[in-house]
Amino acid sequence: MSTTVDARGLSCPQPVLDTMMAIQSTTDDTITVMVDTEASKENVSRAASGKGWKVQSIDEINGEYTLTLIRG
Amino acid sequence: MHTMPPFTTTIFQGETWTMKNYLASKWGIIGVGAIIGVLAALLQKLGNPGNMGICVACFERDIAGAIGLHRAAVVQYMRPEIIGFVLGSLGAALATKDFRPRTGSAPIVRFVLGIFAMIGALVFLGCPWRAMLRLAGGDLNAIFGLLGLIGGVWIGTMFLKGGYNLGAAKKTYPAVGLIMPLIMFGFLILALLYPMIPGQAQNGVLLYSLKGPGAMHAPLFIALAIGLGVGILAQRSRFCTMGAFRDLILFKQTHLFGGVVALVIAAWVVNMIFGPFHPGFADQPVAHTQSLWNFMGMVLAGLAFALAGGCPGRQLFLAGEGDGDAAIFVFGMIVGAGFSHNFGLASSPKGVGPHGIAAVVIGMIVCLAIGWFMRKKRA
Repeated sequence: MSTTVDARGLSCPQPVLDTMMAIQSTTDDTITVMVDTEASKENVSRAASGKGWKVQSIDEINGEYTLTLIRG
Repeated sequence: MHTMPPFTTTIFQGETWTMKNYLASKWGIIGVGAIIGVLAALLQKLGNPGNMGICVACFERDIAGAIGLHRAAVVQYMRPEIIGFVLGSLGAALATKDFRPRTGSAPIVRFVLGIFAMIGALVFLGCPWRAMLRLAGGDLNAIFGLLGLIGGVWIGTMFLKGGYNLGAAKKTYPAVGLIMPLIMFGFLILALLYPMIPGQAQNGVLLYSLKGPGAMHAPLFIALAIGLGVGILAQRSRFCTMGAFRDLILFKQTHLFGGVVALVIAAWVVNMIFGPFHPGFADQPVAHTQSLWNFMGMVLAGLAFALAGGCPGRQLFLAGEGDGDAAIFVFGMIVGAGFSHNFGLASSPKGVGPHGIAAVVIGMIVCLAIGWFMRKKRA
């Protein structure tokens, strides 16, 4: 199972906040986060790494990013 | 007809994610903060007002004065630093495919937040950047401003935790994202067409201060070049003074905070070596000593920045990379400067303006209401 966070279009710090909430509440081992700015991509990656999660992959589709985070 | 699937690129796959954008790394942001601190102190040496090498609020206020939105004769000048910030950010964003035209996240709310952000900042007499530079120059009144900033940001994080959210912005035409940079370019053209003439309070459509902080400025092209440089560095590094405190409070993350600390230390070192450094409360440049209102002005400003998602500088850099909502916040600040000086809300070295306290109270009520009523229920 995987949890999905759609933070596209949201401004700072919403993407990180939503990701952190998902990290705290989920029992899944994978979280998929969708963002649409470079800064959000960096911020979510940094925050997830700080919480011991790993960024497994980042896919770009038409300028939007899908980050796959896995429990560390 | 066959439709093409969307073009997908896997830009990262592996065990350890490392930041490709070096300026957004830990040492990157510290380096950017230090460079900004040095350049700001340098601008003071080159003619900008005391402890005001770079002050986004003050300089937008001076621009409002230059185009006659207020008639406070001592604070009128088309500041090239602000123009450089937006155009530098635009250049960096275009060069790195980071230009993302977007808008539509509650623009009217962002406009009002910009107005009260400016009103609060002008009660203290400075944006967060200037609060740091004042501290680095020995102005201990800045401590109350910084404590206020932290207090305002803290209130903002409470709303963020409670579900405060202005909604998603939508992608839009590149031309929309270019409006703010084009307006800044227009301001630059005006500054070149109607340059300052010594002893003259007006040239063409632009107003100029003959005395006061508005009459103190570094040479135009040096200020513009430094503005462009800072715009490029800050766009790449996402430097944000409000975010520094917000992330510390909200996520216990020290990333952006490193940049802010570096700025203060760098500016302080330059001040210690080349002067001036005058520790104390009294007789500080462009500052007053009413501690409560230094504090409360920045509580209001800090709350407005937190609700809008960035300090005044960051809003300029976002506007440069195509964020139309940040551009609206910037215009809110410029209009707020007009209100501040037309209605006697702004402080002066003598103390708070005749209606400054009333404006802070009204601003707090408005910003608290925005935080309270614009919440989404968490799923």
